[in-house]
Amino acid sequence: MSTLLEVSGVTVSFDGFRAINNLSFQIADAELRAVIGPNGAGKTTFMDIVTGKTRPDEGHILWGDKSISLIGMSEAKIAQAGIGRKFQKPTVFEEQTVQENLMMALRKDRAPLAVLFFKPSKTDFACVEELADQIGLADAFLRVSGELSHGQKQWLEIGMLLAQEPQLLLVDEPAAGMTPAEREKTTAILVDAAKTRAVVVVEHDMEFVRRLNCKVTVLHEGAVLAEGSLDHVTKNQDVIDVYLGR
Amino acid sequence: MNRSFIARNPSVLIFLAILALFTLGVTVLSEGFGIGLISTSFVKVLGKTLCLCLIAIAMDLIWGYTGILSLGHFAFFGLGGYMLGMWLMYERTRQIVVNSLSDGVLPPTPEEVTTGIGNQIFGVVGSSDFPLIWTFADSLVLQLAFVVLVPGILALVFGWLAFRSRVTGVYLSILTQAMTLGLSLYLFQNASGLRGNNGLSGLQNLPGITAPQSVVSLWFFWASALVLGLGYLLVAWIVSGKFGSVIRGIRDNEARVRFLGYSVETYKLAVFTLTACISGIAGALYYPQAGIINPAEVAPIASIYLAVWVAIGGRGRLYGAVIGTAFVSLVSSWFTGGQAPDVPLGFYTVKWVDWWLVLLGLCFVLVTLYAPNGIGGLIDLLKRKRKETDA
Ligand SMILES: Nc1ncnc2c1ncn2[C@@H]1O[C@H](COP(=O)(O)OP(=O)(O)OP(=O)(O)O)[C@@H](O)[C@H]1O
Ligand SMILES: [Mg+2]
Repeated sequence: MSTLLEVSGVTVSFDGFRAINNLSFQIADAELRAVIGPNGAGKTTFMDIVTGKTRPDEGHILWGDKSISLIGMSEAKIAQAGIGRKFQKPTVFEEQTVQENLMMALRKDRAPLAVLFFKPSKTDFACVEELADQIGLADAFLRVSGELSHGQKQWLEIGMLLAQEPQLLLVDEPAAGMTPAEREKTTAILVDAAKTRAVVVVEHDMEFVRRLNCKVTVLHEGAVLAEGSLDHVTKNQDVIDVYLGR
Repeated sequence: MNRSFIARNPSVLIFLAILALFTLGVTVLSEGFGIGLISTSFVKVLGKTLCLCLIAIAMDLIWGYTGILSLGHFAFFGLGGYMLGMWLMYERTRQIVVNSLSDGVLPPTPEEVTTGIGNQIFGVVGSSDFPLIWTFADSLVLQLAFVVLVPGILALVFGWLAFRSRVTGVYLSILTQAMTLGLSLYLFQNASGLRGNNGLSGLQNLPGITAPQSVVSLWFFWASALVLGLGYLLVAWIVSGKFGSVIRGIRDNEARVRFLGYSVETYKLAVFTLTACISGIAGALYYPQAGIINPAEVAPIASIYLAVWVAIGGRGRLYGAVIGTAFVSLVSSWFTGGQAPDVPLGFYTVKWVDWWLVLLGLCFVLVTLYAPNGIGGLIDLLKRKRKETDA
């Protein structure tokens, strides 16, 4: 498997506080990866850096076969390059319907004029409907997304990510605030998505991570503390000290 | 969802029908073409109101739909007025000068004509030379192009600077206020080349047209109604599709739209510039009906009123913006025009000319607190109620 995303030696400080400290990290094509770590470990900041929201002070971020540097690219350009992101808080466009949300995310020309004259084709409608089905929102297709339950909003946001057809999906705490049944379904969606693309999931819930059944990276104070299978990292004494033993 | 745009938006058709009926009604009741129940000056008031509704639609697009509270769109409105005003004033003055000079034995030389026009137009600011910006004032076609281009280019440059640096929210509003204040201060100077605080006048007289004002006023009224209808159609179409989805997304969560791969800045710039062009057209139609334009028109307060009209009407709904603007601006001209009867309280007499602003401010506060969706929101509420009782 070739490397899709390579983060090397990245450091970010906020007013002198090092949120990310010489972080190095690799994701392969079509890999499912869980990232865990205590509050403030820098998990969200890591996603901010990869998606162009925060600019690192030092280090390199290389993307794809051609090893393009993502540093300095705008958020929109990075998203177009194939990186999708789900926020920690579910963020969907509450005043718009599930259909409109998905249609906006659908992988199409994003230039203003193309969007202005865009007319969804039969295939586009079919595509969006299929996505809604995949995330279990077929029945809520024409509902305003603000009316959806918390869990449904989370799924809708995942659906929007899938609609973008990214090569890499960064998912920040998808299961937060979900019922056990909802969690199970979320796991299934993510595992399914990872069959054709790389997915990085940040999560606190160990049960959830166990079900993902994938390689785990533990972050602590902005750097990698341990990496490997879940069983491997949970036996690591450092990990027990800073994270599990609390 | 694949039905035609009109079928999906019945309110557009309703609006256009009401506008057509209104236009017909005013025409039939007018002095120029009808039974004379509506005075020519009131036809002008109505025509001007239609122009204000047009800029209100632009304001709704930039604020209500895209979430950018611009408090500077009257700068574009004023610029549009100045651009057409320059041609109107130049051409009419030229005809007067040529007429008066033709009494002589020899036909006047071009220099004599130019000096004559210069004296007439710029005498008030102690000059007779044509400033550079009047170079094309003799060409109606070019000045009409400038009505769109000058506001458009100003918006493009200003917006590019502001949006690129990701200025948002209150800071952007303040910046737009600074823009319109700057323009107004500049125009106040005699050296601006647009006659300083005198502004441009006599704009109600169309060069080479001998028709009376009662007729000319209706031409402008019709033109205003037509352009308002077209503007409404255009903006309603823009907001109805995926572009509308994206800009409403920008309003509600800019960052999310960015991570979906849309260049938020480009969209903002596009909408800002387009609405500036629409505002310019609205201004170009407005000032010939007002007869005069001066720098006070682009004072910061004008753009704030615009925001108040749209807020009272209900932002994010085009008909709301139109209703709010028509209603508030008409009531406002009634109160400030001295027609409203004063209220004697014994110890104090409430003069509406002074107190109207207080009343308007109060209405604004009440709407913001209790009806954040404005008058348009009430209509939505009624519609929903009816649906519920139907079901
Ligand atoms: N924009 C910012 N300005 C200042 N400090 C910040 C900023 N963003 C993050 N931080 C700090 O950086 C550290 C890492 O934050 P981050 O949000 O990445 O943690 P996290 O691992 O996602 O935690 P959680 O599990 O609580 O979501 C925290 O101490 C946070 O306070
Ligand atoms: Mg976080």
